Amino acid sequence: MDLKDIIKYLKEYDGPEIKIMEVCGTHTASIFKSGIRSVISGRIRLISGPGCPVCVTPTAYIDKCMEYALKPGHVLLTFGDMMKVPGTSGSLSLIKGDGARVELMYSPSEVIAKAKAAPDTTYVIAAVGFETTVPTYALVMEEAIAAGLSNIKLLTALKTIVPPLDWICGTEPDIGGFICPGHVSVIVGSQVYEALAEKYHKPFVVAGFEPEQILAVIYDIVRQIGGQTGEVHNLYSNVVRTEGNVKARNIIDKYFSPGPAMWRGLGIIPDSGLYIRGEFQGFDAGSFGLDRDAELNEACRCGEVIIGRADPSECPMFGTACTPQEPYGPCMVSSEGACGIWYKNRGGII
Amino acid sequence: MKISMAHGSGGKSSSELMAQIFAKHFSNSVLDRMEDAAVLDLSGRIAFTTDSFVVTPIFFKGGDIGKLAVCGTVNDLLVMGAEPQYLSAGFILEEGLDVDDLEKVVISMKKAAEEAGVRIVAGDTKVVEGCGGLYINTSGIGRIPGDRSISAANCKPGDAVILSGNLGDHHACILSARMKIDNEIKSDCAPLNDIMEALYAGGVRISAMRDVTRGGLGTILNELADTSGCAVEIDETSLPVSDEVRGFCSILGLDPLYMANEGKVLIIVDGEDADKAVEALRRTAHGSGAALIGHALEGGGVTMLTAIGGRRHVDVLYGEGLPRIC
Repeated sequence: MDLKDIIKYLKEYDGPEIKIMEVCGTHTASIFKSGIRSVISGRIRLISGPGCPVCVTPTAYIDKCMEYALKPGHVLLTFGDMMKVPGTSGSLSLIKGDGARVELMYSPSEVIAKAKAAPDTTYVIAAVGFETTVPTYALVMEEAIAAGLSNIKLLTALKTIVPPLDWICGTEPDIGGFICPGHVSVIVGSQVYEALAEKYHKPFVVAGFEPEQILAVIYDIVRQIGGQTGEVHNLYSNVVRTEGNVKARNIIDKYFSPGPAMWRGLGIIPDSGLYIRGEFQGFDAGSFGLDRDAELNEACRCGEVIIGRADPSECPMFGTACTPQEPYGPCMVSSEGACGIWYKNRGGII
Repeated sequence: MKISMAHGSGGKSSSELMAQIFAKHFSNSVLDRMEDAAVLDLSGRIAFTTDSFVVTPIFFKGGDIGKLAVCGTVNDLLVMGAEPQYLSAGFILEEGLDVDDLEKVVISMKKAAEEAGVRIVAGDTKVVEGCGGLYINTSGIGRIPGDRSISAANCKPGDAVILSGNLGDHHACILSARMKIDNEIKSDCAPLNDIMEALYAGGVRISAMRDVTRGGLGTILNELADTSGCAVEIDETSLPVSDEVRGFCSILGLDPLYMANEGKVLIIVDGEDADKAVEALRRTAHGSGAALIGHALEGGGVTMLTAIGGRRHVDVLYGEGLPRIC
């Protein structure tokens, strides 16, 4: 079936309303960028999921990052997306203007050269991310050990993708199918969705990031729902293997072990976080128990947005009290957050 | 030799640096008088602009901070319809800067100025504490011939929107250097005199022009739509992007629509002159990748026809264009 036929089918779909969750923020961005919402039937609703690591990071973690950035002898290294996330008071971006030592990193491995060059400075990496980025943090520890460096620490807020999907399937039964993340699946493999597909009898389909690939996945999910099947399909098989990247998973297992993690909007989900193992505790900068989340203004609906219960535009703060320049909720901050993407694309429908 | 605070003292070291580097390479009849201000013969309508350059690294594939400082200001004059004539150059040097590197930058400025047909007629140098950094400010003056009028206010529905070449090259080059990613992507930093000459010689009716620098095409199109009172619609499939930059963006989660160039210009021309303009541009060295990318319409805002046949809004850049983290 070629792309034209797929688009025609999805445009003309007039069956029961279907809700499909794209778990990953990069998929959300690609869906808006390519105008997918404008070429499919209004009866197929695409909703954004919890796959933006910045959006699900609790306030206590941001506060701890700011504490390190202000601590004498310390430098906080972070990805750019974290800079504007509001903590209890201020953000990394704001305190940088007050002299806090915050440096943007493009890759965590940059810390090795920095730590060697300034042995009296402690470099704290704001280690945020899903399974995709975790191996790079493991490699930092491996390299630091090899180089005998003791001035590198990791403040982790690392998450795994399957437990929150299980949680969402349990609480949001009207989501008909899931577009599974491409990058995370490279590491974990398409196999990890089998148990969920079986338990909830829903389609889980792994997608690449090109619009043609996403449309093919939406088509597959709509057809599966119509045929009442709920299977795992891997439509990104040139990149994602069934078993994933075993080498990357081995290094994750060597340095990290699962534990409960706080998800903004969802609460604490057992075994959904990754923490530095006991024998490597020297690297940890106090990542346990950073669960407290600020009392968000009760009008803010970030918590409902990341589980697809509300569209960003249904939030009363959206576009008024909360914009990309002055974000209030975390979903507006990140380039992969649903609210920010909606704002910039005005909902994606013209 | 390294730059020290003495080079900024105004004393002997300062004058030696002046003579051995700046006066030597920038030499021209106005500058050589070495007085407190350049005296220029000017008449008619004048365009005047200024810009500061703080790029790191100082040297990159396809250019350096000096070439950038000349081209950036020259291009700002060109897109207003002016013929660039004179530049000033202010240098802020951090102590520890290698004098050989400074000289390389100055020679590069001289070459770029020659290519752009401008003379550097005034300058200043200050030294500050630091660790080897170099910052340059250039101001430029150009003459606007006859009744030439180039302004966003001239845009009208039906005008054609033309881009002079590939998006994102400068941004991708600088980011590659900072991230130590080895590739062949070169900055497109260049003075765009040849493009302007080709358009004027071809009698193309130009409504407005903008050089596509920080904020990228998406931001600049929005500014144009706002100030012109027109809507702009572009076609995704017609946007020129090299395979290397496209691949780079796809790995890092960047969008070429919001990446900076330093040698590309957006040109709005009368709809009837679209083909003539693209053909004229493609015969030039700096416009060989020119493409018709869209049209001005009644209304406001910027929209894009996407490759899969969808339509979407194109907004301005918010924050910095940063690589994604997952």
